[in-house]
Amino acid sequence: MLLIHCPYCNQTLPEAEFTYAGEAHIARPADPSSVSDEEWRDFLFIRTNVKGPHYERWRHFHGCGRYFNAVRDTVSDRFLITYKTDDPRPELSDLLEKSK
Amino acid sequence: MTVLTHAFTPGPIVASGPVKLTLMAPVARFSLRLRAANIPAVSMAIGVELPITVGERASNGTTEAICLGPDEWMVIAKSDNTDTLVSACADIYASATHSLTEVSAREITVRIEGDRAAELLTIGCPRDIDSIPVGGGCRTVVDGVTVVLWRDEEQSFRMDIWRSFALHVIDLLCRGCKELAAE
Ligand SMILES: [Zn+2]
Repeated sequence: MLLIHCPYCNQTLPEAEFTYAGEAHIARPADPSSVSDEEWRDFLFIRTNVKGPHYERWRHFHGCGRYFNAVRDTVSDRFLITYKTDDPRPELSDLLEKSK
Repeated sequence: MTVLTHAFTPGPIVASGPVKLTLMAPVARFSLRLRAANIPAVSMAIGVELPITVGERASNGTTEAICLGPDEWMVIAKSDNTDTLVSACADIYASATHSLTEVSAREITVRIEGDRAAELLTIGCPRDIDSIPVGGGCRTVVDGVTVVLWRDEEQSFRMDIWRSFALHVIDLLCRGCKELAAE
């Protein structure tokens, strides 16, 4: 079982308490009626589908209930970082440097 | 307050063996949500200093609160204190906005105690039970069911379980008790 650090509980806890919630940093267009069908399609459905470090959302479902962000390597399943939803998106190069 | 006790009669469930289970008497339960700025005012109203670290608890002897999330608490009170608590919170609502929702009938509580109580919990709870300090607690999961676990003593826990899932969880705990007793 994976151990995941919840940035709100500030504890590293078993995966079974968490649920995955898709790619992170997908911003909903501020004015949906002004975007083209293609842009709206991209917002709804098109994801990066990364092989490697992936910015994604998780929810501490059976815990504090909060959504937070994580960078997880989709090949090794290793978490490089988890951070609060309103924290800035961390630079991948910094994370890779730190995880060496 | 609403108390539904059908099918859940307080009393012993497993009365002997290395772990005992007891269905506890109904209490008043409140789900409390609020922003950090209003913590002092609401603490004053309910008479308990709300802890701000997830998993920490506070009590004044009759009312106790556990911090379940950054803006969420579960407050447990004696049934006859319900009205006082609700009106104290209503009085400060205008200046300290919060959400106080009575959920007394939503959950039942099982006392789990005995030499191997912590070990019994590992039957369905993935959390490291040793990481929960005496006097602390957490919301976690037992065999797919969200529960709130209170560690009152080294080997004495309370588990709050939503009533619709309670029979399933109690059945699992009973089976664990039998296994431990058979060793
Ligand atoms: Zn959490």
